[in-house]
Amino acid sequence: MTDRVLILGIGNLLWADEGFGVRCVEAMAQSYALPEGVTLLDGGTQGLYLLPFLEAADALIVFDAIDYGLPPGTMKIVRDDEVPAFMGAKKMSLHQTGFQDVIATATLMGYRPAKMVLIGCQPVELEDFGGGLRPAVAARIPQALEIARATLADWGITVTEGRSRAEGLAQAPLLRDAYEAGRPSEDDACRIGDARFFPQVP
Amino acid sequence: MGITTPNGFNLDNSGKRIVVDPVTRIEGHMRCEVNVDDQGIIRNAVSTGTMWRGLEVILKGRDPRDAWAFTERICGVCTGTHALTSVRAVEDALGITIPDNANSIRNIMQLNLQIHDHVVHFYHLHALDWVNPVNALRADPKATSELQQAVSPNHPLSSPGYFRDVQNRLKAFVESGQLGLFKNGYWDNPAYLLPPEADLMATTHYLEALDLQKEIVKIHTIFGGKNPHPNWLVGGVPCPINVHSTGAVGAINMERLNLVSSIIDKCIEFNRNVYLPDVVAIGGFYKNWLYGGGLSGKSVLAYGDIPENANDFSPAQLHLPRGAIINGNLNEVHDVDQRDPEQIQEFVDHSWYEYAEAGKGLHPWDGETKPKYELGPNAKGSRTNIEQLDEAAKYSWIKAPRWKGNAMEVGPLARYVVGYASGHEDIKNQVDGLLGTMKLPLTAIFSTLGRTAARALESEYCGRLQKHFFDKLVQNIKNGDESTANVTKWDPSTWPKEAKGVGATEAPRGALGHWVRIKDGRIENYQCVVPTTWNGSPRDTAGNIGAFEASLMDTKMERPEEPVEILRTLHSFDPCLACSTHVMSPEGQEMARVKVR
Repeated sequence: MTDRVLILGIGNLLWADEGFGVRCVEAMAQSYALPEGVTLLDGGTQGLYLLPFLEAADALIVFDAIDYGLPPGTMKIVRDDEVPAFMGAKKMSLHQTGFQDVIATATLMGYRPAKMVLIGCQPVELEDFGGGLRPAVAARIPQALEIARATLADWGITVTEGRSRAEGLAQAPLLRDAYEAGRPSEDDACRIGDARFFPQVP
Repeated sequence: MGITTPNGFNLDNSGKRIVVDPVTRIEGHMRCEVNVDDQGIIRNAVSTGTMWRGLEVILKGRDPRDAWAFTERICGVCTGTHALTSVRAVEDALGITIPDNANSIRNIMQLNLQIHDHVVHFYHLHALDWVNPVNALRADPKATSELQQAVSPNHPLSSPGYFRDVQNRLKAFVESGQLGLFKNGYWDNPAYLLPPEADLMATTHYLEALDLQKEIVKIHTIFGGKNPHPNWLVGGVPCPINVHSTGAVGAINMERLNLVSSIIDKCIEFNRNVYLPDVVAIGGFYKNWLYGGGLSGKSVLAYGDIPENANDFSPAQLHLPRGAIINGNLNEVHDVDQRDPEQIQEFVDHSWYEYAEAGKGLHPWDGETKPKYELGPNAKGSRTNIEQLDEAAKYSWIKAPRWKGNAMEVGPLARYVVGYASGHEDIKNQVDGLLGTMKLPLTAIFSTLGRTAARALESEYCGRLQKHFFDKLVQNIKNGDESTANVTKWDPSTWPKEAKGVGATEAPRGALGHWVRIKDGRIENYQCVVPTTWNGSPRDTAGNIGAFEASLMDTKMERPEEPVEILRTLHSFDPCLACSTHVMSPEGQEMARVKVR
């Protein structure tokens, strides 16, 4: 039996499929009644701010967009020591502190959670600022949740259908439905421009 | 062939071109290109933002009371300061005033963010430009202990055994093969000057800083209800105060206030015993490396922040100073008005946008964001893979904001130069004290190290200010005032049909402004001019180079293929890139690549 479990969604919800992890924890709160000791958290892109949450966890489930060079929309599960942990050198900015750094730093500080499972999905589209999940990625959320539930069961934690309190989640206007429905049209938003990020421009 | 810019820099792009490009999942974001002469001295500098954000258009049509939640997601490092700027802009537009307690709590949160950001920036990012952690493994723990006691006699963690333990921990970590940090730096570059014991001392403090930063952010949880992504509120702060009973869940009670007080004390202690002494000690070894001044000795801008009293933003009432200095004239501090259409304007002649009228600057309220992506005739590579930019043409997604036509530096050093020139007592005492200790003239602050030192001094000052506002908050509560929000204009039916407002703050990285137009209860236009827009701006219509560009000029590079000096100076600005680099990948990757052409 694992005492304290952190279920963390990371990524920037403003960048299309980068929001996969955050949307998974949101769906988790809407689908399952989680027992005491299991915490849901939208970690956003918070880097080192997340250290205290890792310190307070015996086991960690992370939802995130991953880049393992797989076909878009493919799920990838990584466990324990296989979860990437490294510190990037030659950073240009603090804003390049990825979750890999956070895990490496937690290891260095001696408070890396004993058990870790990364539930990842290869994105279809990242380069769409203000965009939502692409259908192929959104369609993976139920599967991701099922894997999380099975992982919790392995750890001796039973979850039932229902809802969970969600203080650690995004504010209401940022929840997926409100966010995606309130998006202006492509013309209004001028989502055209730099060919590197908007390849539809000839 | 050389040219002289109106802001006084001699540019010569005939030498070897060096391109430094950060590698992120979404390629680009910020890149710089320099030309060095045959002595390795930088004679031309080009800084570009290679990504367009356009938050403005995401917000169009949304509820202005929600804008802060979106702006909080712009960035994973500076969340709270965008939220504060946003609620200020909306309050300004709708004529909403906030209660005294809300002012104190907002100030504590904003100051807390400054300290958090400055400490993390220094130890997690910038120290590695000066400190060599590989060298730390070779240090003698006893010598390190002696150094520690000499530079900071009051710091309790200073025994040889303590430093030996840390060193062993680092060794074990390196041996486990996980620390890319130790493999990927330019650690044998002669630009690193510290002796091993100073390297071990600073590396140890990196670990202490990590422990401290965990504590610091608890303040955001207490006042913001949650962290990360704390809650904010148009009209005040979202946390109720109730000190008389256990109160509602989440209410601020004495127990929570005591926790806030103890965190503030820890910040003050760390700044005094660790951060400032480290900057003095490290700076002492680099006293002869005074490159990187750029615009700091010429033109600096600060909007000011941390109002003593709620709703009063007049310059004398701001603890972080407001003002502009141009042409290096420290005898004249100009006031800054973010509403004046003639003061802050953005130019796009060298940016990938077009305006209806070319060559004109636009005030943010009238901002246009129409992309025009084209490379100049002398660019190399292709549209999809730029090898070399043509800075004579359009070359950046960052617009060029100017204050009365002048390129300006913003950030801690800009604030400190404005404060010093305005006779701000705390700032003047700090600066004079530091320069006295280091036996350096005032002109030494116009440098990369000056930027680094200003950030440390500011962290110390912000610690004291936090205490001031905490005491003020507690006193006000004791006097019976528990109000934290003004909701009289919460309902959109009380708003005018059309309104416009501006919110300004001093973010850790510098002057931050949000300009909003509201129509029929919805956001009509939203423009953010962020600190890195000022500092990272490209050339303007008149040919003035921006702050990053200016700061790289005339720097000597030890090894042009190892841009330690470029990173050192750019890092000193604490640049802001978009936070979208959190995609997990299986292998460690370098965060920057360098090409010499």
